[in-house]
Amino acid sequence: MDWFPLWLSLRVAAISTAIAVLLGLWIAYVLANREFRGKELLDAAVTLPLVLPPTVLGYYLLLLIGRASPIGKAYEWIFGSPVVFTWQAAVIAALVHSAPLLIKSARAAFESVDHSYERAARTLGASEWRLFWRVTLPLARRSISAAAALAFARSLGDFGVTIMIAGNIPGRTQTVAVAIYDAVESGNGVLARTLVLVISAIALAILFAANRLSPDPFGARYRA
Amino acid sequence: MIEARIRKQFAAGRDSSGFSLHVEFETSAGVTVLFGPSGAGKTLTLDAIAGFVRPDEGRILLADRILFDAGAKVCLSPRHRRCGYVFQNYALFPHMNIRQNLEFAAERLPYRERRRRVNEMLERFRLEDVAGRLPHQASGGQRQRCSIARALLGAPQILLLDEPAQGLDAPLRSELYTVLRQVRSEFGTPVLLVTHDLDECFELGEQMLILRAGRVIQSGAPWEIVDRPANVEVARLLGVFNLIPCEIRALDPAQNASRLRFQEFDISGPYLPGHLIGDRVFICLRPDALRALPRSGPPGPNQAPATLLRVVDKADVVRLEFEHDIAVEMRRDDYDPQIRDWAIQFPARFRVL
Repeated sequence: MDWFPLWLSLRVAAISTAIAVLLGLWIAYVLANREFRGKELLDAAVTLPLVLPPTVLGYYLLLLIGRASPIGKAYEWIFGSPVVFTWQAAVIAALVHSAPLLIKSARAAFESVDHSYERAARTLGASEWRLFWRVTLPLARRSISAAAALAFARSLGDFGVTIMIAGNIPGRTQTVAVAIYDAVESGNGVLARTLVLVISAIALAILFAANRLSPDPFGARYRA
Repeated sequence: MIEARIRKQFAAGRDSSGFSLHVEFETSAGVTVLFGPSGAGKTLTLDAIAGFVRPDEGRILLADRILFDAGAKVCLSPRHRRCGYVFQNYALFPHMNIRQNLEFAAERLPYRERRRRVNEMLERFRLEDVAGRLPHQASGGQRQRCSIARALLGAPQILLLDEPAQGLDAPLRSELYTVLRQVRSEFGTPVLLVTHDLDECFELGEQMLILRAGRVIQSGAPWEIVDRPANVEVARLLGVFNLIPCEIRALDPAQNASRLRFQEFDISGPYLPGHLIGDRVFICLRPDALRALPRSGPPGPNQAPATLLRVVDKADVVRLEFEHDIAVEMRRDDYDPQIRDWAIQFPARFRVL
């Protein structure tokens, strides 16, 4: 039994979730708190990957990070090898779905923080930075953790974009979803069934945890 | 203390009619009360001072410091305005305990100084015992004191309170008034308070601004305003007066006398300077300045028969409500429920608006 696809998937999902949190929280905070032109357009663009077919996303990404593209060339010049068809590309593929999920939920979470807390913090002399770390983020913490769990679960299961930009190289870029497809195609029923069950169990556990996190402790109980 | 000229226009939207705020006032040290019905622009004025909304035009000075000046394009952010703001829901950070809430307001101070100031505040506002509790574990009064203490920790130049007594029961309300008096005596911080409760104005206010539809329609000491409301609008807002519509029939400055027509009855009163014969005016009288008498035969001088509509029992008096929106209050002992026919006795002296 080759467990490599599972480890790869977990690693890819963890890294992509971490990047999604770092990047997504920032974008979500800007969307929730700043007024600027094209704000809702940015929100729509960020959501787009959730509804577009994976092949379309994969195609865009190939254009964006392929060996002929400026980004692809820059990557190759820095790291000495192309990014497409490596496990790093699988991270990018996973990110395409996990980041929008996170941004959407985090924006809602930031917006649901009662504005009087933020106003209070400002009149008490807090800078925007301190306001974010000490008030807004802690108050939105549970919802954001739940969103990160969902993003992780989603990253674990990406198939379409991964196969287009990371390919299906056993032992290098073959994630669980791709490995299952491969196993079914080649008639390896035992491997397919095992991976299906394992990945389902992990996803179920994560979703259960996310649901447990969701009820906001600063909701009904805390609001005096 | 505050010197403000604020103009802000809100365009009419799909589900709101437009609103324009245009207020100009000055407050002195002590407690100033912004009084008015809901939708008058009280909270908006407070928010403009605190820096949550940006006026279209005008200037706001706090202790001679410019907070906002449209002409000079100055608009300090809320954190630089040094306004302590006490929110209606107190806005205590729910994930920090009482002590941490206070520390948050003093974070710019060095550690020892911060600790000393926070301890001092906890003690002054009787919060030592609950310092480690989260806000939802504290009582309403403790939360209220904590929010005021927190607002004072930054040594603000003014304390802004948005309807602080809204929804409080009587004991909590009187506790709040005690705390606010303590703020005035111990900290000397001027207070600007929003309310639509007239009793609160009297309880706390040294100065009162009456707001209606985005304009200041009268300002002065509360007793002054109740003594001489500037116009019918103010008298209506105060809600403590009978406003009896009359027409002036005769004016006699030599005798210091006048004759007014109410329905089909003549009422004689004092000379009314600044009015002309034929003017429609309102006699402005508190319910206890009128008397209700049992009627027998034709009405006597300065009396008008009236139909009793309702009798309301109050804590200490009986309030008789007659037609034409006239209310008379009398001692319970003086009221006889057997009487069917009533006449209203007008006093010899009254004011008209």
